[in-house]
Amino acid sequence: MNTHDLSQFIVFAALVSVLAVPLGHYLMRVFTGQPIWLERVFGPLERLIYRLADVKVEEEHYWLNYAAALLIFNALGAGLLFLLLSYQNYLPWNPQQLPGLAPDLAFNVTVSFITNTNWQSYSGETTLSYFSQMVGLTVQNFLSAATGLAVAIALIRALTRREQHTLGNFYVDMTRTTLYVLLPIAFVVALVLIQQGVPENMHAYVTATTLEHATQTIPEGPVASQIAIKQIGTNGGGFFNANSAHPYENPTPLSNLIEMICIVLLPAALVISFGKMVGDRRQGRALMVSMTVLFLGSFLFCYLAEAHGNPAFTAFGVDQTISKQNPGGNMEGKEVRFGILNSTLWATLTTATSNGSVNAMHDSFTPLGGLVPLFNILLGEVIYGGVGCGLYGILIYVMITVFIAGLMVGRTPEYLGKKIEAREIKLAVLAMMLYPTCILGLGVASLLIPEALKSISNAGPHGLTQVIYTYASAAGNNGSAFAGFNANTFYQNIVIGIVILIGRFGIILPVLAIAGSLVTKKITPISNGTFPTHGPMFIILLTSIIILFGGLTYFPALALGPIAEQFSFSQPPTQP
Amino acid sequence: MTRKPTRRGLFNPTLIVEAALNAFFKLNPLELIKNPVMFTVGVASLTSTMITIRDIFLFKPFALEIQITLWLWFTVLFGNFAEAMAEGRGKAQAEALRKTKIETMAKKLSHLKSAEYKLVSAVQLRAGDFVLIESGDIIPGDGDVVTGIATVDESAITGESAPVIRESGGDRSAVTGGTRVVSDCIVVEIRTNPGETFLDRMIGLVEGAKRQKTPNEIALNILLIGLTLIFLIVCVTLQGFAAYSGKMVPVIYLIALLITLIPTTIGGLLSAIGIAGMDRLVTFNVIAKSGRAVEAAGDIDVLLLDKTGTITLGNRMAAEFIPVHEVTEQELADAAMLASLTDDTPEGKSIVRLAEVRFNWHAEHYRKPDMVFVPFSAYTRMSGVDTNGISIRKGAPDAILKLCGQKTPVEITRAIQKVAKTGGTPLLVARDQNLLGVIHLKDIIKPDIRERFAMLRKMGIRTVMITGDNPLTAAAIAAEAGVDDFLAEASPEKKLELIRLEQAQGKLIAMCGDGSNDAPALAQADVGVAMNTGTMAAREAGNMIDLDSNPTKLIEVVVIGKQLLMSRGALTTFSIANDVAKYFAIIPALFVGIFPAMQVLNIMRLGSPESAILSAIIFNALILIALIPLALKGVRYRPASASAVLRRNLLIYGLGGLIVPFAGIKAIDIVVSHFMGI
Repeated sequence: MNTHDLSQFIVFAALVSVLAVPLGHYLMRVFTGQPIWLERVFGPLERLIYRLADVKVEEEHYWLNYAAALLIFNALGAGLLFLLLSYQNYLPWNPQQLPGLAPDLAFNVTVSFITNTNWQSYSGETTLSYFSQMVGLTVQNFLSAATGLAVAIALIRALTRREQHTLGNFYVDMTRTTLYVLLPIAFVVALVLIQQGVPENMHAYVTATTLEHATQTIPEGPVASQIAIKQIGTNGGGFFNANSAHPYENPTPLSNLIEMICIVLLPAALVISFGKMVGDRRQGRALMVSMTVLFLGSFLFCYLAEAHGNPAFTAFGVDQTISKQNPGGNMEGKEVRFGILNSTLWATLTTATSNGSVNAMHDSFTPLGGLVPLFNILLGEVIYGGVGCGLYGILIYVMITVFIAGLMVGRTPEYLGKKIEAREIKLAVLAMMLYPTCILGLGVASLLIPEALKSISNAGPHGLTQVIYTYASAAGNNGSAFAGFNANTFYQNIVIGIVILIGRFGIILPVLAIAGSLVTKKITPISNGTFPTHGPMFIILLTSIIILFGGLTYFPALALGPIAEQFSFSQPPTQP
Repeated sequence: MTRKPTRRGLFNPTLIVEAALNAFFKLNPLELIKNPVMFTVGVASLTSTMITIRDIFLFKPFALEIQITLWLWFTVLFGNFAEAMAEGRGKAQAEALRKTKIETMAKKLSHLKSAEYKLVSAVQLRAGDFVLIESGDIIPGDGDVVTGIATVDESAITGESAPVIRESGGDRSAVTGGTRVVSDCIVVEIRTNPGETFLDRMIGLVEGAKRQKTPNEIALNILLIGLTLIFLIVCVTLQGFAAYSGKMVPVIYLIALLITLIPTTIGGLLSAIGIAGMDRLVTFNVIAKSGRAVEAAGDIDVLLLDKTGTITLGNRMAAEFIPVHEVTEQELADAAMLASLTDDTPEGKSIVRLAEVRFNWHAEHYRKPDMVFVPFSAYTRMSGVDTNGISIRKGAPDAILKLCGQKTPVEITRAIQKVAKTGGTPLLVARDQNLLGVIHLKDIIKPDIRERFAMLRKMGIRTVMITGDNPLTAAAIAAEAGVDDFLAEASPEKKLELIRLEQAQGKLIAMCGDGSNDAPALAQADVGVAMNTGTMAAREAGNMIDLDSNPTKLIEVVVIGKQLLMSRGALTTFSIANDVAKYFAIIPALFVGIFPAMQVLNIMRLGSPESAILSAIIFNALILIALIPLALKGVRYRPASASAVLRRNLLIYGLGGLIVPFAGIKAIDIVVSHFMGI
């Protein structure tokens, strides 16, 4: 890594660290109902919402009620969004007079946005009206992020409460998260992005004539407001098809830096809040260290793979070294203005968290470089992870880790004083089995069913990688794609939509059930016989288990995908 | 039969032969399905057998298939063998236990006061029956003495040859079937029906027949099933990925991959570990009512111990003569020594020794032929000697005072109080019904008890001493013994309250007790260990019974409980870590045909794809059998902090599990490819 790239990375890492700590503290105050300054501004609005919706603030939910409230809330949101997309031609703010979406596409977009996935099998500028983008998608960007946070908060409460039965009030959690966390941050970020040149208007598209006298349509729209929440809420769904590689979504180096920080800020801050909320900051720190080790490892691997360039080009004598004049490395599918560092850093961030926005095309990464974003998703997006879901995702791994470690020290496993017993393990295993079932099971179907096979643009190992990536991205609610894959077919829209739903609610329900079981348990005080879940041994074990489980489950498929593709470089090219 | 910890050799030839035979019987699908991991291996073996047979008839090459199939069957058989070994060892234990259940005749009374009895077989007795047991009779079943007092030889179950006293009422009323009354006669109310005695329960447990899975075992089983299912998905879908990539993989190879990946090592040894744990418990003379209790013992945070007999020797030692009135110390010592000359109890001997040391006497010189000794009896609670027309008695203060029949002198009261305050026990000495003074019997802290408590502390267990002593005395003894805390002037209510308080904080409590008044506390505690000498009520309330009535035995129980979990955890870790090497052996072997460059992944440089797959499956089977001794003996536990234990086990079973198969598979591959030409 040259000094330039290194400095950029250090600036990025430093800014995230500086911002995440106070934000983590602030989140803790919001979730635990402590007084915060913003209540003076939004307090009346908050109370008005409760009054209008008939929410009884003191009334707490049992886990089943909490889950039911969450499901009903999301189902209503889904119904509304589906109608809105299907009939956008009858709705206002449609200067391009775009037609309503076909049912299969509308279904796919709907489940994709209510689940914080933002998988896009359409291109925004040619498919969606401003009304659909603003009232439909942007609203769901907020609500899906808030839903993830609510589940995480419920789980944290379960870990801290002694022999109780309720997890909090879902509606209150949603309202406070949206009002005091997501809206204010999104507002500030949107303003900064507008200042940087991201459009925020309702104009019709502009037609321009280029120097070569070709006509070009330049799309416009309320972009900044959607980009802000898409990054902060780990949603990732772009306003434009090119996502954050598009100059209107991501115009300047500063906007790129800000957007990268926004990807990881809330997930990282939440880990800090976790430590504070469970009353032992070391617990949060342990998770943070484990995540950061995984992150640095995957980022470095990706960076080095891309910086190394394409061996096929090297064979032709192409200079791929990174220098001031030469972005170097494998630049296919990357913006020259971002170069290797910002492209690989973004790719790692967006898949480590469950964001899914891209500023470079993962499909065009070298096989091993592209393996990193894929592997990050396959691990379950627990390296910081999505807003809320990253935390509860890694806590599932923690349960398994603690269980194995607990057995090894000869004591019934416990985490933060809560005994991890058959019920928790059953639910955790159930959650962990969902991903491989969806990704491998339906991935294979996509490779064998002729109807599905049409979506693949490259034959051979790369096509296999495209499919696994697609299904991993759907199951993990990431939303990024190996862009060569054509997902807008009836089969893929429906199947991917179903996988997205399973990947979201198939995890949330077991997590809430675990919370419901943990909340009733005693908290065993720490003794010398308790295995500490904040020390280096735990961090090493947790990190190894995450890698081991991911590796063991997906190694054969990855061997036939990216690994086989990488090896094909070293093979003499076959004559056509 | 004495059952001091018996260490049978791990590999007793008869046991091995029997277990090897049983391994085949356990192939019964109905048996096998109880263990989902091994059931999967069974189904895989069957499938692979059918494929092999098909290929034999289709004249296809089948040499490798036969070998893979055989090793798959071996894997199942080895797992069965481990379980059969554990059961076999348990059966041997059970046999030993059964020997105590000699077929006896009982003298059944029609009602409590009946003078007539009817001879019936012991197995016909039901709870609530009264039986008369006279000197020399075998006690026909577990029960409580309702009338009378007797000395009972319990060596059959405890191995302790000295007879013990059992009497109605009080804390020593319980009798155990199979023991023998040596003197006197008692009426016992039978408390258990045949087949429900403690021995019956324990026999069921060690034989593995009635063994219920413990909570952690259930949780682990779920995790193992989950892993098995995940690997099943991996292997089934792999065929699809391979088909897309250009070439299907022989099904038998996929079966081999599946079996090497699923956690067969822990799956095959899981029940053996559980049975062996129970078995180990019996060798320590502890009877558990369930495996759950043993596992809970491993989680204990606080241990409540009675002072007497646990922290201090039950026997006290004479430390001081305290004369009263004009009596000199020498006079008192002389009387006390004479009264104790034939007293064989440790207390009596210690009085003689103290007198000898204090005044440089030689006790034997004082023995006279005309001396008539009055031995200690449970009724008089005193002993003494009549010589030269003088009668000397020593004994419990109230008994002696009653004998003397006078008002208690102030000096005596003061001396008694002084002794009591330092945690000692006073004995009174009287000559011709005149009080001479007090002997101070001192509590002696058991010699190794400090180390035992330090060990418990290292395990993270806090010890609390329970005593009827006043707080001052209790504090002195607690400090000397090195316990962490004490509960003085303990009443049954106070004990119960203490347990509830600790439990409310989320702690798991173990408690040892013997008295009837301990029963509520024993029932409330998470692990209640009743002493075999205790009352039936206490024994019913506890979930373990210590046949040796040695409360520090709990340390062994805790260790066994921890070993149970550690063995499972260690083997699970080992199993999962093994998979890395197996992937590196099998994946290149499967796909080198499609992608020749895949050879790079063959980092072990295994001879050929066929030898690689075969080596992996052979390693998988052999490691199972290699780990049987570990499963039966349990992973070693050394008291240390949880982090230290984890670090050690992670290094051995985690890192070891990662490295060992690389070496093992490579070694097997060398043998297979060089000597068998595969």
